[in-house]
Amino acid sequence: MKTLTPPSASGAAEAAARFAATAPADVVYAEIETPVGTLLAARTERGLARLAYEDYNGGLEQVLDALAERLSPRILERPAKLDDVRRELDEYFAGKRHDFDVPVDFSAVRGEFAKRLLQACARIPFGEVSSYRAMATAAGSPQAVRAAGNALGANPIPIVVPCHRVLRTGGALGGYAGGLERKQQLLRLEGIVS
Amino acid sequence: MTRVIPFQRFLDEQRDVVWRFAVATVGRQEADDVFQETFLAAMSAFPRLRRDSNHRAWVLTIAHRKSLDHFRARKRRPDLPGDLPEQPHHDPELGDDPMWQHVRALPDKQRAAIALRFAADLDYAAIGKATGTSADAARKNVHEAMKTLRKELQPV
Repeated sequence: MKTLTPPSASGAAEAAARFAATAPADVVYAEIETPVGTLLAARTERGLARLAYEDYNGGLEQVLDALAERLSPRILERPAKLDDVRRELDEYFAGKRHDFDVPVDFSAVRGEFAKRLLQACARIPFGEVSSYRAMATAAGSPQAVRAAGNALGANPIPIVVPCHRVLRTGGALGGYAGGLERKQQLLRLEGIVS
Repeated sequence: MTRVIPFQRFLDEQRDVVWRFAVATVGRQEADDVFQETFLAAMSAFPRLRRDSNHRAWVLTIAHRKSLDHFRARKRRPDLPGDLPEQPHHDPELGDDPMWQHVRALPDKQRAAIALRFAADLDYAAIGKATGTSADAARKNVHEAMKTLRKELQPV
């Protein structure tokens, strides 16, 4: 007898799932299927902090890395804690919901200007549009149109903070954190473009 | 490259090795206690762990302490058979090497060393670190443990 065979790992996955379901975490997340693709939704005790398109920002693992760095590494996958977000998104995509009720947490957003801008963006009603210039003005810096575009492009909570409702002056689409095709899809859903 | 990693990834990567170590030292029946306590403690210390450190050795150092706590608590409970190996019908082993039942009856240092070596696949340097001794002492503990186990194996 030179060595002992390690005990089987059977049971480890269940033990890890029990841990993830109950341990005190600073950030919990889930993947949510929507008509615009799989989203990674992450929340803190303050509210929804991230809604990321799986094929942008370098992929879901990099999105989690960034959350670990900016918010806290104490992150666990806990789908039950995102049930309300999933439900509201389902209702939104089914045309049954115009406003999101889940609280948002902007603490991962860097810079006061960007925070003010996203707060202003969150107030654009369903089915209406605004411009980058109007957003910059609402955030208190009318000249900072380009910075407004950048901050909206880095919106950590797209859809719920409806940066897709911000268009170029004149009506051109501008940019979008999940690609222009998705921006069009969301604008179509809200009856803004046909 | 960020300095830290999300805990979920750490849990996914280390869960099997921690589970094997827990089963090896305390048995399948009570492995979950050691597993949960290990990751809870890891979670609170986690923001200090760097991406480039040895995560496996780090979490097994914690698991080793939790497993020791478990044995100490068990010894304080007079209704339980102390450090005797558990009876098979109380402890379904799912085809695990029956030798682990004898490992559970070894002295603390030998049990820890042999479980870290063969259930968790740590090298002697890492075992020394995890158990607060040297690589040489770790090697000696594994050697002593194997000697005892071989004796147990001999037919009476």
